[in-house]
Amino acid sequence: MLIFVLRRLALSVAIVAIAVVLLNAMLHLVPGDPTVMILGPRATPELIERTREAMGLDRPFYIQTLTFFGNLLRGDMGVDVFTGRSVASIVFSQLPYTLTLIAASIVWSAALGIVIGCYSAFRRGSWIDLSAGVLSVSTISVPSFVMALYGLLIFAVGLRWFPAVGAGTGFWGQAHYLVLPAFAIGISWVGYIARVVRASMLEILGANHVRMARAFGLTERRIVFSYALKIAVLPAVTLIGTGVVHLFSAAVFAEVIFSRPGIGALIVNAVNERNYPIVLGCILVTTIVIVLATLVSDLVNAWLDPRIREAL
Amino acid sequence: MSEMTETTLLSVHDLSIDFFRSGAKLHALRHVDLEVRPGRIVGIVGESGCGKSTLASSLIGLLAGNAEIVSGSIEFEGQDLARLSTRQMRAVRGRRISMVFQDPMTALNPVVTIGRQMIDIQYREKRSSAEKRRIAAEMLRTVGIPDAESRLSAYPHQFSGGMRQRICIGMALLMEPALLIADEPTTALDATLEVQVIKLLKELQQQFGCAIVFVSHHLGTVAELCDEVVVMYAGEVVERGAVRDIFRKPSHPYTQALLECDPARIKTPTRELPTIPGTLPDLAHPPKGCIFRERCPKAFARCEVEAPADYAAEGAEHRARCHLLDGKARGTA
Ligand SMILES: Nc1ncnc2c1ncn2[C@@H]1O[C@H](COP(=O)(O)OP(=O)(O)OP(=O)(O)O)[C@@H](O)[C@H]1O
Ligand code: SF4
Ligand SMILES: [Mg+2]
Repeated sequence: MLIFVLRRLALSVAIVAIAVVLLNAMLHLVPGDPTVMILGPRATPELIERTREAMGLDRPFYIQTLTFFGNLLRGDMGVDVFTGRSVASIVFSQLPYTLTLIAASIVWSAALGIVIGCYSAFRRGSWIDLSAGVLSVSTISVPSFVMALYGLLIFAVGLRWFPAVGAGTGFWGQAHYLVLPAFAIGISWVGYIARVVRASMLEILGANHVRMARAFGLTERRIVFSYALKIAVLPAVTLIGTGVVHLFSAAVFAEVIFSRPGIGALIVNAVNERNYPIVLGCILVTTIVIVLATLVSDLVNAWLDPRIREAL
Repeated sequence: MSEMTETTLLSVHDLSIDFFRSGAKLHALRHVDLEVRPGRIVGIVGESGCGKSTLASSLIGLLAGNAEIVSGSIEFEGQDLARLSTRQMRAVRGRRISMVFQDPMTALNPVVTIGRQMIDIQYREKRSSAEKRRIAAEMLRTVGIPDAESRLSAYPHQFSGGMRQRICIGMALLMEPALLIADEPTTALDATLEVQVIKLLKELQQQFGCAIVFVSHHLGTVAELCDEVVVMYAGEVVERGAVRDIFRKPSHPYTQALLECDPARIKTPTRELPTIPGTLPDLAHPPKGCIFRERCPKAFARCEVEAPADYAAEGAEHRARCHLLDGKARGTA
């Protein structure tokens, strides 16, 4: 178990390292000189040259990458080219907003998805099952930013039930501001999770061990909640763990549409401004979160299922 | 059969069960009779698809959702199980009647410990959890699981197939039921384990005194374990009687054919098991006359028009459904 976690962490470091190299390379392929962006179009060639030197942009690509790694080990992700503030502090000040949004989206959609999935499996073929199926397929096929836009137009602009922009303050204030973006991100996940849970629940309810539990006179309630559900949610946990990357991209859209602070808003601005250090910092942190999310989902599955636990 | 009603634990009478499948009705059981007396072991044999599992499942109310009991009764301890509600049936399950399934690899819940599962099935008892745990460990010891106490916290996949089937048998006997149904409990095990499990069943049956309905393909096992045998063909009971009579004086041509196919009786061992030529009739449209007619080497004119009655055969309580046993008809065979 411990070995598994350590091995996975080592793998995570490797993934992050590869991501850094690829990102450095990619950013250099994007047209537009960052020094020109910073200094404005009227900067003299000497000034541009001096700034390039100061930022290390004159050195070869591999030296830049190695320097970046070296700094990273010291917790230094560089400085914002415009304000000179540390990238780490900027990114970590925005990260909680995005994590809260993603967590809120996942919690409500997983809870509802599991309930609908189980119910559809028990009442297979009922009108609730059929309409849940149709609704799932239709929400899965609508992109989350379309949901976000409609949510914004109907509930914020039209009905004025929820605020349209910002993040709010205090617990309830923040929760109020979270509703629409979390709805937009989570809605298609409700359908996904419901489908997956329904399929696995149907399989399990037909399994031999459920028949055996019935043969011992156990109540359906106990069979479902303490025997079947643990197995039925396994694929949903995996789905969520590997889906965190999609949740992040949905969060970027939602943050831009609802003008929420967060990694998404930060990264979009940084890309537009060619603010390399910020872009790199954001992507780095995002990659780490995504890699950790898969690790967490594997650990949750291991906790639920002893066979997985032993395979670790 | 009426003369022994007082001493009967389970009495199935005229039981017919249909399965609905893609618009058609499959007559899987037709007019089945079965008597089980307290403490006796009754074997049910027949080819695959004869309705053995259907009969076994009906006894504990675990028929598939597309099954319907068309007629008949299942009298057990003063109740007709065929007419009980799900709730009433649940009160019988696991306590008065319990079941051991064919595949021990999938019969236990993979994510719940053996101990938890054994404690959960005692949910009706007013005992402390510690007491339930002690009883569970005791039972594991009884069925021959070494280190029982600590094995309670193990999961099913940490046991071998043979061990798992022992655990299943232990669970089935935990509430000391009057009737144990075992649907091919050894088919998924290899020969050595099969012998061990049969031996265990026999010992436990003597210890607990329950009756057993034992479903099997394997005639040798039935001869070894059972007191009485019921031979099924295409959803009908074609012959029944004491184990000695069935094996020494099989009276139905189907039983005779089954015995000829039994590997134990074959001199030269082969990989391929011999089979009775022909296939089961279409259960959606069972033929007129004798159900075995199409495959019967002894069929004659009467077999095509008239279904044979339940004739008495040689031996006490030995009966078979074949016209050859009708005194008047013997000459025409
Ligand atoms: N749920 C079901 N729906 C439709 N038909 C079924 C169903 N279960 C069983 N049958 C059919 O009923 C007949 C009897 O099946 P059953 O399982 O009782 O046979 P069996 O004697 O136990 O066979 P085996 O030795 O293979 O276990 C078979 O023709 C089978 O195809
Ligand atoms: S009744 Fe006729 S067909 Fe049926 S088993 Fe007897 S001889 Fe064969
Ligand atoms: Mg069967």
